[in-house]
Amino acid sequence: MQEVLKKKSGENRALAPRESRKTIGNINVQNPRMVCRNVNVFYDEKQAIRNVSIDIGRNEVLAMIGPSGCGKSTFLRCLNRMNDTIDSCHVTGEILFDGKNIYDASVDVVPLRAQIGMVFQKPNPFPKSIYENVAWAPKIHGIVESKSDADEIVESSLQKAGLWEEVKDRLDQPGTGLSGGQQQRLCIARAIAVSPEVILMDEPCSALDPIATAKIEDLIEELRTQYTIAIVTHSMQQASRVSQRTAFFHLGDLIEVGSTETIFTKPSHQLTEDYITGRYG
Amino acid sequence: MNLGTRKILDRSFTAVGITSILLMAAALLVVVVPIFSGGIGAIFFKGTIEHRKIQYNEFEKGSRKVIDRQIAEVTPYRQEVYRILDAFEADMETMEPAEKRDYLSKYKKVRDIVAHLLGPIPGDPEPILLRYQYGTTRWEKAEESLHDLMFVTKWDYSNPEEMAKQYFVPRADEFAGTALAALFPYMEKNLDKMLLPEQTFYWGFLTERSLDAHIFGGIWAEIQGTFFLAVGAMLFAFPLGVIAAIYFTEYARENFFTSVLRSANSTLAGVPSIVFGLFGLAFFINTIKVSDSKSVLAGSLTLAIMILPTIIRAAEEAILSVPRAYKEASMGLGSTKWRTILTVILPAALPGIITGGIISLGRAAGETAPIIFTAAVSVGATIGVADVFTQPTPALSWNIYNLASEHEAANEIRHVQYGMVLSLISIVLLLNLSAILLRAHVSKKLKG
Ligand SMILES: Nc1ncnc2c1ncn2[C@@H]1O[C@H](COP(=O)(O)OP(=O)(O)OP(=O)(O)O)[C@@H](O)[C@H]1O
Ligand SMILES: [Mg+2]
Repeated sequence: MQEVLKKKSGENRALAPRESRKTIGNINVQNPRMVCRNVNVFYDEKQAIRNVSIDIGRNEVLAMIGPSGCGKSTFLRCLNRMNDTIDSCHVTGEILFDGKNIYDASVDVVPLRAQIGMVFQKPNPFPKSIYENVAWAPKIHGIVESKSDADEIVESSLQKAGLWEEVKDRLDQPGTGLSGGQQQRLCIARAIAVSPEVILMDEPCSALDPIATAKIEDLIEELRTQYTIAIVTHSMQQASRVSQRTAFFHLGDLIEVGSTETIFTKPSHQLTEDYITGRYG
Repeated sequence: MNLGTRKILDRSFTAVGITSILLMAAALLVVVVPIFSGGIGAIFFKGTIEHRKIQYNEFEKGSRKVIDRQIAEVTPYRQEVYRILDAFEADMETMEPAEKRDYLSKYKKVRDIVAHLLGPIPGDPEPILLRYQYGTTRWEKAEESLHDLMFVTKWDYSNPEEMAKQYFVPRADEFAGTALAALFPYMEKNLDKMLLPEQTFYWGFLTERSLDAHIFGGIWAEIQGTFFLAVGAMLFAFPLGVIAAIYFTEYARENFFTSVLRSANSTLAGVPSIVFGLFGLAFFINTIKVSDSKSVLAGSLTLAIMILPTIIRAAEEAILSVPRAYKEASMGLGSTKWRTILTVILPAALPGIITGGIISLGRAAGETAPIIFTAAVSVGATIGVADVFTQPTPALSWNIYNLASEHEAANEIRHVQYGMVLSLISIVLLLNLSAILLRAHVSKKLKG
């Protein structure tokens, strides 16, 4: 079975000539926050991301779309070296953050991951109180020294995540007792609490209902003024609502990048058009 | 299959399930009830004045006044017994040598039983062993001895087809017409006045040392020894086990070396405990010489090796069952791996780790074989904490075996044996109960 599948995907790739899989569109932006050049990602022998180059601008929301298994999560997780936690995964190429390659041997991932925060597909608050969930990371990074510092950070982070009004009277209750949407906003508050510069979101709304989703989308719009955001999503509507630029991935290749408007109205690549018009995916 | 058949199948399955559970409960009752009633008998019993004397003389419990008053109360009745004995002894002096010889052996038996019941007979030399310095301490034992005094046990071998039948002949018949004949009805009538049985609550059974190899006194040395051994084993095995589990789950790469380690660990879990005992003797005592001979330290180390695989397994499972999302959340916030393990993974895995630990603690408390060669002695002083590095100790598991099989007065002190069994079972049950409670508490705290 595995053999057959491998063969099939191999055939698929063989069908598309390499030339036609070069990234279309302008990968560069003015004054970028992150610069990715020729990024390849392998899980053992298997290549999941092939030669991807793209810039991520300041105060923009970059949406990453593409069919399941095309490597969106893999690429997103390269941006704060979360892939380090997977033994079989290994990355080549360059990813510059404020001009420095984050894969340099000299880079410490601890502060890096505080600067480039992450929100996961499934809300994953710690089994601790709401307060502790938010205050934990600032504490371990030594950002807060006193209880009042922590109180302040907890309040401002929850404010920014639009959760403060809902939970201010029950900060000592378990974070896991909140609704799914509230939990996800708690996770966003938790990421914000260490004042990151970039926030990576991997399908943050896929486990949420439309109302909770709308709240998160509004929140993303607000957060954009302070942070750079890269978001993976399966929803075209969501990508077009929240993002300024969109990147379309297909089978490990970055097929097309452009302003969200262009991608959704006048896609240049056949694959992009097929995908956004819902012909497959 | 139609609905009717399915319903019948469902019902019969329920019936089978309930029956098997009831059977199990019944089997459990059959085991537990005698242990419980026998064990309780070590603490609640009708104690005689001899018990109170020992308590006062050896442990300074009870009041001098009460004991003096009671001694004054029993003395006249006992005097009468001694008077009858003296009278018979005087009579014997006047008998023909053949007749005297005949009576002498029979009389010796009577005299022994009286001494066993009431303590040394006045005029006899002070016995050396404590067990002969006092009479019978427990009323039900006194009644048994009284029966021995009243009747001679005989065996009927007349029918070779069947097993011999036991029958009793009144001992008074042997002494009919002598001065001693009066002793038997007198003893039967007045034994309670000579021993003053009172309902006794002997809490000291658990907290006092044993006297004269458990003939009198309590089992504190054993309880404490069990505690030292089990806790000592945990002190070694728990940290090591948790660290090993962290290594296996978080650091070890899958390679030949770690798979060998893993299977070694599983194999170790199945090794019979007597092998650990021999290993402990050969390695800890003879090879690296943690102590000159048996010691609590050597026993704890041996038990630790025995429970280590269980602790590792339980901790590994608990760590693996922590959702990966917690780990990712923590790493994603820039926490180091080590801090993630300490502050996120271990707390979440704690209930499982604790459960494994306490179940192992219970196992360490109950095991006999590993400590036979390394730590246990059948009779020993109560040791202090400072002695654990050099001294062996009595322990419940080993002494239960010892009392049941090797003790010279095993029959006399069944209650001590039952008391030890009940204590051991209670300790293990309490440990498991506290594991459940602690687990519930910790997981509630983790959620809240
Ligand atoms: N831990 C892993 N080990 C091995 N292969 C992996 C691992 N994670 C992902 N892959 C493979 O890498 C490829 C890209 O996976 P990835 O999760 O990045 O896709 P995705 O675009 O996020 O998909 P989805 O939309 O379903 O989340 C897939 O073929 C997947 O099977
Ligand atoms: Mg994904």
